[in-house]
Amino acid sequence: MSNVNPYRKSYFDTQPDYLFPPYRSTVKRAPLQPLVQIPQTLSEITGPLFSAQDVADGDWDLTAQHAGEPLGERMIVSGRVLDESARPVANALVELWQANAAGRYRHPVDNHDAPIDPNFTGFGRVVTDAHGGYRFKTIKPGAYPWRNHYNAWRPAHLHFSLFGQGFAQRLVTQMYFPGDPLLAFDPMYMSVPDDKARQRLVSAFDWENTQPEYAIAYRFDIILRGRDATPMENPR
Amino acid sequence: MSLLLTAAQTVGPFVSIGFEKAAVADVAPAGVAGERITISGRIFDGDGQPVTDAVLETWQANSFGKYAHPDDTQEKLLEENFRGFGRVLTDTQGGFRLTTIKPGRVAGPDGREQAPHITVIIFMRGLLKHLMTRVYFPADPANIADPVLSLVPAERRATLIASKAGDGNLQWNVHLQGPHETVFFDY
Ligand SMILES: [Fe+3]
Repeated sequence: MSNVNPYRKSYFDTQPDYLFPPYRSTVKRAPLQPLVQIPQTLSEITGPLFSAQDVADGDWDLTAQHAGEPLGERMIVSGRVLDESARPVANALVELWQANAAGRYRHPVDNHDAPIDPNFTGFGRVVTDAHGGYRFKTIKPGAYPWRNHYNAWRPAHLHFSLFGQGFAQRLVTQMYFPGDPLLAFDPMYMSVPDDKARQRLVSAFDWENTQPEYAIAYRFDIILRGRDATPMENPR
Repeated sequence: MSLLLTAAQTVGPFVSIGFEKAAVADVAPAGVAGERITISGRIFDGDGQPVTDAVLETWQANSFGKYAHPDDTQEKLLEENFRGFGRVLTDTQGGFRLTTIKPGRVAGPDGREQAPHITVIIFMRGLLKHLMTRVYFPADPANIADPVLSLVPAERRATLIASKAGDGNLQWNVHLQGPHETVFFDY
């Protein structure tokens, strides 16, 4: 038998639609047929579980993966991974990838005319602690141009990937920086319908974790789908 | 207390920076029980062009129909060395290839066993949130009564069932749009 305790459906406006024509690549890649609604079974509520053994000790520090230090503003990015009921998600695998300080990815498809940094790969991974906490050391990525529309620039951002406790909680998102004037012109950021949900993608300057003479800190909390305590009592 | 769910954003075109290193193309290490299978296929966009920057993630039970997860309370054999997670990236032809074992049947919503299937998540540039789908196995008699496949309009079910290729391997293509658009789920 399997009495599954399902994850909540996401509140409509917190998530972008697949089709969002201002972001041009969605036009030929968004599914056009209606999604088929299925009940959550064991296959959806379970998922790969990770632990500290799945990451290497140095994976949290993107500034220490090469012989020298990367160029750019050092920063500490930390936060907590919680579910919608504010329960910490321990042992969540958090993966991060990003451009270098000049706005260039170490990737063959990136042909932006900005320098590669030989001391920066731009990938890290950590597992959250018992309180759902995670922490990375890296450098602040630069903005970069893309050809989505005339004079299109992506606001500086970090890409985040998260595994919670089930495939239904899987999330890939991006973290932005406070006060970035490019946000208002960015179709990816603007694809999130709800104002508050959109603003939650913007990290906060974190004075407490800022290290004197060394690195500025930003805080970014990530909320994964939660479960109702009593299943289906109050469908929204 | 209820917190606002974090919004999904696309993986963008450069996801392979990290995911290539963190790929898992061989899901079942030596010694894991079950029929060895290889699933390969290609992903196509609405113009029929191959998608060269996609990531597929797979999740499955072992050959006894048991997930390596505490929420699975079925009394079935768990195998220490089988996690059941795969992650593959598409190549310059839009192709991917995963080797694993055929999963057993797992309990469904009403306690009836589901047909063997692999749960799939797909990420790529141009997808603001990931796609969710499943792959089933060709000519498996359990497909007919599967509680999830039964929810899919009959004429679209074939998009979720792999086919047997000439070399005996399984083939499963993903079409994002068009007359053969793959069925994607919401759950
Ligand atoms: Fe990016």
